Parts: sequence; C-alpha cells; structure tokens
Amino acid sequence: MQLIQQIAFIILAGVSIFLFAKKVGEIRRNILLGRDEDLNDNPGQRWKNMTLLALGQQKMFKKPLPAFLHLAVYAGFIIINIEILEILLDGVLGHHRLFAAPLGSLYAVLIGFFEILAVLVLVSCLIFLGRRNITKVRRLNLKELNGWPRNDANIILITEVILMSLFLTMNTADLVLQSRGAEHYTITSQFWITSNFTGMFENLSNETLIGIERTGWWLHIIGVLIFMNYLPYSKHFHIILAFPNAYYMRLKPQGEMKNMKEIQNEVLYMMQPELAPAAPTDGSQPVQQRFGAKDIMDLSWKNLLDAYSCTECGRCTAACPANLTGKALSPRKIMMDTRDRLEEVGENINKNKTFQDDGKSLVHDYITVEELRACTTCQACVEACPVGIEPLDIIQQLRRYLVMEESNSPQEWNLMFGNVENNMAPWKFSPDERDKWAEELNAQA
Amino acid sequence: MHIKSMAEYMANGETPEVLFWVGCAGSFDQRAQRITKAFAQILDKVGVKFAILGKEEMCTGDPARRAGNEFLFQMMAYNNIQTLNGYEVKKIVTACPHCFNIIKNEYPPLGGNYEVIHHTTFLQQLINDGRVKLKGGGEFKGKKITYHDSCYLGRGNGIYEAPREVLAALDVELIEMKRCRTNGLCCGAGGAQMFKEEEAGNTRVNFDRSSEAIETGANIIAANCPFCTTMLTDGVKNKEKEDSVAVLDIAEMVARSLAD
Repeated sequence: MQLIQQIAFIILAGVSIFLFAKKVGEIRRNILLGRDEDLNDNPGQRWKNMTLLALGQQKMFKKPLPAFLHLAVYAGFIIINIEILEILLDGVLGHHRLFAAPLGSLYAVLIGFFEILAVLVLVSCLIFLGRRNITKVRRLNLKELNGWPRNDANIILITEVILMSLFLTMNTADLVLQSRGAEHYTITSQFWITSNFTGMFENLSNETLIGIERTGWWLHIIGVLIFMNYLPYSKHFHIILAFPNAYYMRLKPQGEMKNMKEIQNEVLYMMQPELAPAAPTDGSQPVQQRFGAKDIMDLSWKNLLDAYSCTECGRCTAACPANLTGKALSPRKIMMDTRDRLEEVGENINKNKTFQDDGKSLVHDYITVEELRACTTCQACVEACPVGIEPLDIIQQLRRYLVMEESNSPQEWNLMFGNVENNMAPWKFSPDERDKWAEELNAQA
Repeated sequence: MHIKSMAEYMANGETPEVLFWVGCAGSFDQRAQRITKAFAQILDKVGVKFAILGKEEMCTGDPARRAGNEFLFQMMAYNNIQTLNGYEVKKIVTACPHCFNIIKNEYPPLGGNYEVIHHTTFLQQLINDGRVKLKGGGEFKGKKITYHDSCYLGRGNGIYEAPREVLAALDVELIEMKRCRTNGLCCGAGGAQMFKEEEAGNTRVNFDRSSEAIETGANIIAANCPFCTTMLTDGVKNKEKEDSVAVLDIAEMVARSLAD
C-alpha cells in the first residue's frame, strides 16, 4: 500500500512538473515573438527595483489595507512552501513528517508558525472574496472583468481557502493520532493553532482519523500541483513574472517616449541627403519596417512580458483620468487584450507550426480607436502598477500605427499637424507673431 | 526692459546665462502670454541675463509625437536642435512642462544635449540664492492655495517639491488635494488632447479636476503649466466660481510678490 502511494505520488508530481514546464516554454516563446529590446543596462538599479517592488511589495503600500492582506497571502505562500518541501519528500520517500526528528522541538514551532500564516491567508482570501463579490470595490467590478477574468479571480481565492483548510484539518487529525500513539504518526509538540481544535475529532476512530489525515494530505498536495499547472493559464501567473518584470522595468523618466530610430534616419536623410547610405547595387529592396504597432509582433518583448505579468488588479484603471470620467479607455483592458491576442497567436503557432495570418490584429479587433484616442499620456497607469507594467507604452505604439500607417486621426489633429508643419505651432498663428509678447513688454518699458 | 534674442546676443559677441524657451502656448495663447511676461519680468528684475529664440523658435513636436505622428516630431526636433546647437546653447529654462520634458528627455538621443530647467525649479533656485527677494508679507501671505501637479513635471520627471518650496517662500497656506504628487489627476490636456474634443464620457477631465480643487476651499489654484492653467480656468468657469477662485501660474504669483 505504502509503495503504491509512493509510485502514484512520483508519477503525479512528474506529470505535473512536465506539463508546467511545457506551458512555461510556450509562454516564453510567445513573449519572444515581440521585437528585440536591450534592457540589460544598469543591473544594480534593476536588482534594486526587483527587490523593492516584487520582493518588498513597495508600491502595494499605496493602498494600506489591500497591501496588508496581500502581504499576508504572499508571505504565507512563500513560507508555507517549506512545508510543501517536506510533503514532497514524504511523498517520494514514503515517510511521515520527515523533518520532525532532525529539527526536534523547533519543528512544532515551525509548523505552529505556518499554521498562523495559514490562518492569515485564509482570512485574507475570505476578505478578498468579500471585496470582489459583496462590497464590490469599483476597480474589481468593471466590465472588462466579466466572464473568465472574474471567475479566474474567484477560483484562485477559493482554491487558497480550500488548500489552507486542508492543511489545518490534516494537522488537527495528525495531533489526535499522535496523542493516541498511532503507528507511523511521529510524536511532535503541540502545534499552535490546530492543538486548540483537537476536541472536534476526539470521538472519531483511528481509521477515520487516518482517512481524514491522508485525504487532507493528498488533496493538499494534489491541489498544489493542480494550482501550479493552473497558474500559467491564469492572471495569477504574476506571482512568478512579477520578478523578471520588475527587473526589466523602465529606468528612464516616465515622461520620456521611446525614440523611433528608423524615422529619425528618414528625416535626417531628407534634411541632409549627403548622409543617406547609397542604394544597394544588387537591386534588393530594404526591408519595410512597420511604423508603430498594429499587432503583438510589432510590440517589444517587454510589452508582452508586461501582458503576462498583469494580475488585473486595476490600480492603473482606477487612476486613469479617461476611465474615471467615463471614457472607453481602461489601461488594464489594454494589458488584458494584449495577452488575449498573444495567447491566440500562440495557439495559432501551436496548430500551424508558424503563424498563419488570421486576418485579425490587436488594433481594431481587440483595442478600439476610441480607447486609444482617449489617453492623455498622464502616466498615472504606469505610476500605479505595483510590478512595473506600462500600458502607456503600448497605447503610444498603437497610436503611431494609426496615424502613420492608416492616416487615421481626428480632423482636429490633422489641423494641428498642419499648423505645426506650416506655422511651427499647433495653432494657426503667424510665426512672425511668436515674439509679439516681448515687443509688447519692450514697448511698455 | 529689453528682451534680447539669441541672435542679438551673438551679434554682440555675448553669451546669455540661460535661454528662455517660451513654447507655443506661452507665445500665442493670450492667457499663457501673461505667464510668459511675468516670468520674463522676474528674470529682468533680478538681473538674470536671458535670451529668447524669438521667431527662430518652433513647436518642439510634443503634441505631434504624443498623437502618434513621429515624422512630424522628428522634423520639428531636427530643426530646433540645429538652431540650439548653432547658438551653442547650454542651459534652457522653460515655463512649459511639455517643452521641458521633451527637450530634456527626448532631444538627447537626437543630438540635442542641454541642461533643461523648469521655471518653477529655476524660481526656487533664485529664491534660495537670494536673487529673488520677496515683499515682506507678500500678496499671497496666508492665503488658501491649492497646487495642481502637472503630469509632465510631476510623474513625468519626479519634480514635486520645487514648486511647493516656492509656495512656501510666498508664505501661503497650502491645502493639498486628495489626489496630489504621484497620485495627481491630469488636467485633461496632455497627449494632444488639448487639440481635439474629448471622447464620449460622463464628464470632462478638467471639470473633475477643477471640482476637486474648488472643494479644498482654496481661493487660488496654483499651476505650473500653461495647458493646465487653461483647462483649470475652464473648469472653474464651468462651476461658475470664477469670481471667487483664480487659477494662477507660480511665476505670476512670484512676479506679484517681488520686493521693489
């Protein structure tokens, strides 16, 4: 019986890890569909950003209550993984509470500490469920979350509640079995939380308790393995990608818009034709680059990493002036759309080996012109993101495509462009009157 | 007072301390011209040798670039950088955060490298150096004032304290809005929105922001950007508060408080 359990465990863990690695490989391939961008400069500052934002949750604390609850779940998640290590080793070796003997009295202290974390996680997740489904915090109930994103969030929270409940139930049964000197149940000191609940199980037989303990143990580890495989399909993947995303985040001032070298050169050669490279003698045409971004392949890999790192918390949208005044734009939706389109392209590649044109694109099919037009480039979305995501960068690249490739701009902007080009100012004034104010001041004196 | 152009300085074989980049709003918009004049008067009064480009200045290309027209931006930037480099300009001060951001951050990759200062930072330095002297118990002493962080000075470039320090020097009673500093709310004009109608929504961004400013009970909304000034003034008018709430640029406040 024990051997069957061991073999079953090893197969289960092996298959889970294989499937997880396969999906992660697909996501990596998808991210690399983006244009190349060198973000390896200044490693010192990048490590610092990762430590502060991803590990230290620095930006979360702009909103203290959710930050505290999130910290509890996050700390619980990371630290309870030590317990998962024991469960994994027990599973493979057919042992029970492998660490109890070597750690001695420290063991119960450690498990007691994990139990406190488990309770904190449990309570935090229940409050989070309440915020989403009962008190209806605005940013957690906007329409872009309808359907799968809302279910995804609830599945994650409910799963965590179940996993923590299983962990606590398992320990309670274990303590009762220990007190009765049941075989295989290593005697430890009392655990801080569950020792208070052993009374609930006193009337049950040893067989039933072993059943509860084993069921708790198996469901807990199966739950963890399923959850691991659920992650890459879910917004919850941010628990992994927050780290690289914070590492590669923008170091330049937020106000700075990326330069387009290809257009800079066009203008330079137009102004100074003597600098233009000679036409290729072999009659080949230079590769035509797209101006701006129409689809995910035109974005940079960092934009695509951003999309996979987004956990749809909506802090960007909650700070967006366009969204707050009822416009269609939601920076969170920009990220969700980018990820959805990226996943669609990824599936297309899985099916056809290389991407086969499906007649769709990120602009128009996912993100509308109306949304893109409403952005004031105020950078509130970039500032708000706890993990360094930049919805604004994507918006700006899509706008470039609209204006430069589709000549798709409102009439007022066309007038402004014309004024800038002809009068050197966005309004229709004569350039000769540019220093009229100075003449007026001089005349006053 | 005689405002000299870069060309005049060069013809006299002189170099100014700083180039005042006026910007299109500051040059042509009637409301923003008052800010330009106020700032120029301060510089003149405290003896800062400054030049303007005059008719040689052109739009930096900011609204074109933000709207997505990179070609037009690159053309404007090319011309401006040729002019600035031709005069060997080293230091630029501007009263427009959009000009400030684009010349400071986006001209260097195109070959335009200058020390660029926003006028509120420049004013703070002049006050700290004792060059700007303020009237004792100046015009704004003790008045309730709220300060609107412009996106391109605040979030865009992390400048939050210099304008507040100038207000502190004016001895005003600063009342912060709920959304201030990194959480500041846009006036609604950035990203070339100034040049078109807003998309359909419940309200306008500038109405929302102006209401928030008015709710602080302040009689003056201090701004650092000609676009914010226009947007907030419109918002105040929409609330029919123009008789009790004024929108002023920090330069205008300093100009009115200068010691004789």
